[in-house]
Amino acid sequence: MSSAVATVNKGLFGGFNLRQKTIMLTSFLSVLLIAIVVSSTFIDDNALSTDFESKNLAPSLEHPFGTDWMGRDMFVRTLSGLGLSIVIGALASSISTMLSVVLGLLSSMGKIEDSVVSWLVDLFLSIPHLLLIILISIGLGGGATGVIIGVALSHWTSLTRVVRAEIKQIKTQEYIHISRNFGKSRWWIAKKHILPHLVPQFVLGTIVMFPHAILHEASVTFLGFGLSPHEPAIGIILSESMKYLSAGYWWLAFFPGLSLLIVILAFDVIGENLGKMLDPKRAHE
Amino acid sequence: MYLKGKNISFGYKESNLILEDVDIFLGSGEVLGLVGDSGSGKSTLCRILAGYERNYKGNVTIDGNKIPSNGYNPVQLIFQHPEKAVNPKWKMKDILKEGHDVPQDILEAFGIKGNWLNRWPNELSGGELQRFALARALGPETKFLIADEITTMVDAITQAQIWESILGIVDDLNVGVLVVSHDKSLINRLCHDVMYMSDLNDS
Amino acid sequence: MTDTSQITNKKMEESEALLKVQDLSLSFIQYASGLRQTELKVISNLSMEAHSGEILAIVGSSGSGKSLLAHAILGILPSNANLSGSMEYNGNDLTQKKKEELRGKEIVLIPQSTTYLDPLMRISSQVTGNANKKDADSRKKLQREIFRRYDLKLEVERMFPHELSGGMIRRVLVSTAVMSSSKVVIADEPTPGLDEKNLKETLGYFKDMADRGYAVILITHDIEAALRISDKIAIFYAGTILEIARTEDFTGEGEKLRHQYTKALWNALPQNKFQAIKGHQPMQDEVLDGCFFYERCSTRNEACSKCIPQLKTFNGGMVRCNNVS
Repeated sequence: MSSAVATVNKGLFGGFNLRQKTIMLTSFLSVLLIAIVVSSTFIDDNALSTDFESKNLAPSLEHPFGTDWMGRDMFVRTLSGLGLSIVIGALASSISTMLSVVLGLLSSMGKIEDSVVSWLVDLFLSIPHLLLIILISIGLGGGATGVIIGVALSHWTSLTRVVRAEIKQIKTQEYIHISRNFGKSRWWIAKKHILPHLVPQFVLGTIVMFPHAILHEASVTFLGFGLSPHEPAIGIILSESMKYLSAGYWWLAFFPGLSLLIVILAFDVIGENLGKMLDPKRAHE
Repeated sequence: MYLKGKNISFGYKESNLILEDVDIFLGSGEVLGLVGDSGSGKSTLCRILAGYERNYKGNVTIDGNKIPSNGYNPVQLIFQHPEKAVNPKWKMKDILKEGHDVPQDILEAFGIKGNWLNRWPNELSGGELQRFALARALGPETKFLIADEITTMVDAITQAQIWESILGIVDDLNVGVLVVSHDKSLINRLCHDVMYMSDLNDS
Repeated sequence: MTDTSQITNKKMEESEALLKVQDLSLSFIQYASGLRQTELKVISNLSMEAHSGEILAIVGSSGSGKSLLAHAILGILPSNANLSGSMEYNGNDLTQKKKEELRGKEIVLIPQSTTYLDPLMRISSQVTGNANKKDADSRKKLQREIFRRYDLKLEVERMFPHELSGGMIRRVLVSTAVMSSSKVVIADEPTPGLDEKNLKETLGYFKDMADRGYAVILITHDIEAALRISDKIAIFYAGTILEIARTEDFTGEGEKLRHQYTKALWNALPQNKFQAIKGHQPMQDEVLDGCFFYERCSTRNEACSKCIPQLKTFNGGMVRCNNVS
C-alpha cells in the first residue's frame, strides 16, 4: 500500500502558486533596484556633462526625461541620483538594524540593562526625528555620512522595541525552561532558540526601513541640510528643480519624483510580500 | 537514590498558599502515583521538583544534596501539552537531540518513525510529540521522571502504547517515575503506590 | 437490552435526523518546504447524523480533524479549505449562506478553549451578544435565568473572563450556547483533562440539553467520558468514521463492537485490558489506497488494500469494514 506524500501543484508548468508568484515579483523588483544602483556607478562624468546648447529641453526620444538648466540629461541624473539614494538608504537602515539588534539583545540581559535601553528609547523618541536628523548631520559636517548616521540614529528605536518585546515573550516559553533544564547555557539558548525567531524581524525591519531612510535623506537634503550639490541624490535634484517649476519646466521635478515613488513602492511591495511569507498565519494564502 | 521534597510551600500571596508544608519522596526504580483535583497544586509541585520554579520555601534534594541550577537536571518533567514544550521553529530531529543523542533502540521503543524526524512540530499530533518529549528526556543523566498528566490529552491506544514504552525503559535505566493523573484506573495499572494531594498538602 | 430501550432506539432511528452530513471531505493545500504545495486530507467521506434529544459523540485522537468538522458545519473554515460532500439541516440543503444564518442561533458551538471569550468584554455582554434595543431587555432576563440554572452568581455578569475560574468559564460557554433558540449544539473537546467532579458537572449540562430536546454532538478524544452520557458513538480515524456504535455495545472485551479499531480502543483503556495494538494513525498528507486502518488491522486481506470500504449498516450500527459478517 502506497504511503506517498501528496504533492499538489509542483508549480512552474503546472501554473504558478502564490508563493512562486511572490518570489518572482520580489526577485524582479530586487533585480530592478540592484540594476539601478549598479548602472548608476557606471555613469561617468561624461554622461553628466553640461551642455548649454541643450538646456531645459522637454522630454524627447533623445532625452526621455528632458534636460536641466545646465543641459544635463535628466534620465541619467535621475538614475544616478536614485542609485545614490538607495545606497544611502541601505547603509542607514543596516546601521539602524545593527543598533537595534545589539540594544535589543542587551536589554534582555537583565533588569538594569533593560531600564537603560528603555530610557534611551524614550529619550530618542521624544525628539522629533526630522529635527534629530538635521542636528546630527549638521554636527557631523553634513554630506552623505552625516545623513546616514543621522537617519540611523533616529530610527533604531522602533525595531529595538519590537526586538525587546519579542525576546521577552520568547523567554516565557516553556521550551526555553526545558532547554535550561537540559543544562544549556544562556548563550546557547540565545543563539539557538531566540535568534532564529528574531531573524525574520531583522530582515523585514531593514527592508521596511529603506524607503523611510531614502525619503528622509531626500527631505533633509531638500531642506538644505544633507548632501551637497556635488553628490546628486534625489533630494538635491528635487530641491533644485523647485526653482524652475514656475518657469514651466515640469519634467525637472516630475520624473525624479515619480521614479522615487516607484522605488519606494518597490521596497514596500517586497517588504509586504516577505512579511506575508514569514508570517505563519498568512503563509498559506 | 531518593528525590526528596521537604516542607515545600509556595504561593503568590501569603494568605493564599497553593502548597503548604508538602513532603514527598520518590526512589529510583519506583513508580509512584500522585492524584489530585485541579487547583490542588499538583502541577506546581511537579514544577518545583523539576526545578522550574525557584521561589519556594523548603528544599528539594537528591540523597540529601541540593540540585545544582546549572547543568543537566537529573529530574526531568514532561508536560500535559507537548506542543507548548517545543520550539515551533525547530525540526523534530533538532528537538530530539537537544538533551542528548537519543539511541536508536529508544526511538524504536517509543515508536518514533524515521520520517517524523524531518517534520515540523505543527505537523505532528499530540501523541507523536509526546513520544519525542519522552525520548529526549530519558537521557543517561536522568534519574527521575515526573509525568504531569502526560497522556490525558491522547486517545486510549496511544496512552497504552506510551506507558508500555516508558515502563520498559525506566526499568532498564532504574529511573524513578512520578505519575500525576486524575485517572484512578491508570494509576492503579501503573503505580506501586499512590499519594493524594489532599493528604500531602496542608493548604 | 430491555424492551423499552429497544423501542426508544427504534424511535430514534425512525425520526428524521436534524443534521445530516453525507460524504464530507475536507482538504487543505499547504506549502511544504520551499515552493511545493501538498494536499492535507483532513476529512474523507465522512457521514453522520444528529437527532434531536440525542447525544452523538465523535471520538478520535486529538488534532485529528474533528474540530474542523465542527467548523465545516458552522461555515467558519479558512479560505484555503476545500470542502465537498453534502450537509442537510432540517431536511434542507445546508449552504454557506444558510450556515451563516443559522450559526450562533440554531446551530451553536461550545468551543474548546477559554480563549474564545473576548478578554476585554464583560461576561454579560458576551453572553447576551448582539441584540437590538427592543430585544435587549428580554435577552437580559433570559441570561439571568440561565445563569441561575447553571449556578452562576449575579456578580459574574460584570466580571471579565480572566477573573473567572475554569469551571465558571465552562458554565458561561454553555450558557451562551443555550441563550439562543438553538437546536443543535456542537461541543468541541468540552472536558479537556477535567477531574471527576468537574467532568461529572460538565457532562451533566450536555445530558440536560439533550433531555430538553437539543441535538448534541460531542467531539472528544475521551471515550470514557463520551460513554457516560452519549447515545451513539462515532469512531473517527484518519479523517473518516470507521464505526457508529451504540453505547451499550461497549462492554466486556468489545465483542459487540464492529470495527477492529473500536475493539482495540476499548481494550486499551486502563480499566479494561490496558493493551495497545501497534502502529499509529496515518499522517494527513499521506496518500492511502485502501482502507485507512489496513496497516494495523489483524483481520485484513488482499481486498482491503485496494479500495476504501463503504460505511454500511450492521447489527444496529454502522461500520466501514469489508470483513464483518
